[in-house]
Amino acid sequence: MAEVTVENSITPEPKGNVVSRFVWTYVFATDHKVIGLQFLFSSLIWFFVGGFLALAVRWQLAWPWSDMPIFGHMLFAESGGQMSPGFYNMLFTMHATIMIFFVIIPILAGAFGNYLISLMVGGEDMAFPRLNMMSYWFMWPAFVCIILSFFMPEYGAAAGWTSYPPLSVFQGDAQSLWLLAMVFVGISSMMGSINYLTTIIQMRAPGMTMFRMPMTVWGMFITAIMQAFALPVLTAALLMQLSDRLLMTGFFLPENIAVNNGVATSGGGQVLLWQHLFWFYSHPAVYIMILPAMGMVSDIISCFSRKPLFGYRPMVYSITAIAGLGFIVWGHHMFISGMNHTLAMSFMVSTMLIALPSGIKVFNWIGTLWGGKLQLTTPMLFCVGFVSMFVIGGLSGIVMSAPPVDIVIHDTYYIVAHLHYVLFASSVLGVLGAIYFWFPKMFGRMMNEKLGKIHFFLTFVFLNGTFFPMHFLSRMPRRVADPYIYEGLKDLLPLNQFMTICAIGMGLTQLIFVANFFSSMFFGAKAGRNPWNANTLEWTTVSPPPHGNFDVQPIVRRGPYEYSHPSTECDFFPQTETS
Amino acid sequence: MNRFWSVLFLLVPVLGIASVLMAMYGVAPLESAWLPKSLSQAGDTIDQLFNGIHLLSAFILAGTVFTIGWALWRFSDRGDSNEKALYVTHNTKLEITWTVIPALILIFLAFFQMKSWAENKMDRPTVTVDGVTDFKPPMVMVKAKRFGWEFYYAGDDGVVETEDDIFVENLLVLPAGEEIVLQMESRDVIHSFYVPELRLKQDIVPGMTQFVWFNAREEKEIEIMCTELCGWGHYMMKAKLNFVSRAQFDAWIEEQKSAYSPEFKNEAEPAAFLRESNKSFSAKLSNVARPLLKLKIN
Repeated sequence: MAEVTVENSITPEPKGNVVSRFVWTYVFATDHKVIGLQFLFSSLIWFFVGGFLALAVRWQLAWPWSDMPIFGHMLFAESGGQMSPGFYNMLFTMHATIMIFFVIIPILAGAFGNYLISLMVGGEDMAFPRLNMMSYWFMWPAFVCIILSFFMPEYGAAAGWTSYPPLSVFQGDAQSLWLLAMVFVGISSMMGSINYLTTIIQMRAPGMTMFRMPMTVWGMFITAIMQAFALPVLTAALLMQLSDRLLMTGFFLPENIAVNNGVATSGGGQVLLWQHLFWFYSHPAVYIMILPAMGMVSDIISCFSRKPLFGYRPMVYSITAIAGLGFIVWGHHMFISGMNHTLAMSFMVSTMLIALPSGIKVFNWIGTLWGGKLQLTTPMLFCVGFVSMFVIGGLSGIVMSAPPVDIVIHDTYYIVAHLHYVLFASSVLGVLGAIYFWFPKMFGRMMNEKLGKIHFFLTFVFLNGTFFPMHFLSRMPRRVADPYIYEGLKDLLPLNQFMTICAIGMGLTQLIFVANFFSSMFFGAKAGRNPWNANTLEWTTVSPPPHGNFDVQPIVRRGPYEYSHPSTECDFFPQTETS
Repeated sequence: MNRFWSVLFLLVPVLGIASVLMAMYGVAPLESAWLPKSLSQAGDTIDQLFNGIHLLSAFILAGTVFTIGWALWRFSDRGDSNEKALYVTHNTKLEITWTVIPALILIFLAFFQMKSWAENKMDRPTVTVDGVTDFKPPMVMVKAKRFGWEFYYAGDDGVVETEDDIFVENLLVLPAGEEIVLQMESRDVIHSFYVPELRLKQDIVPGMTQFVWFNAREEKEIEIMCTELCGWGHYMMKAKLNFVSRAQFDAWIEEQKSAYSPEFKNEAEPAAFLRESNKSFSAKLSNVARPLLKLKIN
């Protein structure tokens, strides 16, 4: 087949002085890789903001009403540096909001989705480069709204990231900014998901059939479908709550409730309606936050096991099953919300069913490891960490899917333990593994292995020290500024202090990552095209790839996991290689 | 170094299971960490489920993560052989096995727990009077408000929300050894009624009426927690719950009748009533800025 040189027809190469070059390269960027890096850097910055908020939450739980270090005297000088209970509510609200909407979703779908999809399916860019640019631009109004909200009364939205009305409707103005920010994030994700779907369906290289796509692309594909279907519901609900706040409508407000001596509301609304609409998006969002990570982990584990991914098709089907079932399980967040109790039974069954495809994935990852020739590099360690932590998060999910058990653990620290095992110990470990794995492709240099392994070890130990003991706090309600006001919880103080110390350790550990990231960016060992001897298409081009991605049009001849194929000399068999 | 990482992963199931068992069987330092001692029959059933599912999970955790650690130990590349990794792409029989076995376990779990859920949330107690069976009338009407609990005991007529209700704030005294039904409503935002010892939790949603029922087997002083974020004072929304003997309870109720004259006027003029009852309360809240709400009032 003729080799076709890819023409760069999307944007002209930037010309002119430094400022205009910068603006054209980084502001009006239509190159999917630049946009991916924009998402990566902004998410990492927010990751540290969200982390600080989490540490402040932990500070209050370990040493309640003591002087907050550094910020205490800036914000609460009149009370001697101790935070107010409203401020505490802001802390966990904004921690969750930032981590979910500004870190995990944008870093998975925005950063890795943008960076990898085109490279992995062999396209020159995304299907809609300008829509892609817009999708990053729409993050900025959200950033501005959230930053502004920190300067509103109570220093930000404080109704929990779930924002249940009527409380959220009677919150300060920061809540309106929060709602607006979420609308902007939603629009950004929507644009991204349309773009990913079109790119994956339309822009694949010759020979790249759907079942020759790497799991990363499958994860992004299914995630994009979920976003496209679930986001409109959230956006509608957000606008309804906004109009309840600003236009005095009553979508979520029943008759005759009065808060803070205000007049009784007009009413006519349903409080539970918000919860249904919110969780109809936010439960699929849980899978939006893990499926891409599962895809990337599958690729990385297969590469470093030097072995084909065990059960590629069952892996694809199980991702699809998780996504499909993910739309009919939202009621398990509402077992004790006052929702019809018979309905809880059906949500329980669908929730338990989701354990099956998740189990299939775990077993297949173990099947991939088994009999391999494992190279325990930093990305591999993070991914094996992902799998073992996901087992814990998944199993505690089964525990709480049982409605009678959920009566006890609902809205307690057990839930906090579960969600952090899934979102932090799984998704974030997967993301970190993916950063270590694709860093050579992104910046053309290797990250430091020794620092990477120290980073993994300390993160792994501290995260278990922080989150595992939370399983034992199943009688300590979450979102309570001072749990020790209850006689029955006073004995939990030492355990909470232990967790806080581990959390601080985990926060400090991330500085190793920052140091490694930036020093490797400038001084790391040069990476060639394919430092890990991997099969997928992105490793056939130079590191970092130029605008337009490939110097020659890749022709795909086989699946992405032909490691240690008996007919080849070496232990990998790139997708483009002629046999 | 490879051995080090395999040991690290092997430690996960070992420490995980050890701590689960310690919490379950009350071994220090986790002896009091998990759930407090159950006070009711329904709570015991939930505990059995809770412990049973945890044991099962611990077993599965051990199996999977141990296999991961062992695979790392066994199959790490130590650079001492030129042999390639096993080339295996899939195994349909294995896939079916590890789909069907968990499916059977989950179906069993799903059916097994339905009874407990029904007992706790669906089968509201009934009484039969003169051959007519009806729901057992609630003994107390719980009104949740920011940031406290109001309890209205049914007076002599045995019906809540009438003129002779007995009002008590942030203290619920109930007879032990009897099936008790509470009716719950919210005055403002969502609250949640949580008593860990009774394994009882129910959100109280404005605009809806909830019923809970329980039967405490011993006399004990415990606490009611609010487990749904209801504003800045959410953390201090607690009430005492005292289970006493029937005789003590009757004496206490008499005491309350003389001590406090309730003015519960239901449905008369709801909006005005709510404003009245919130007045003292709002004084405490005046330091919190509510610019938007002010806008609404003006």
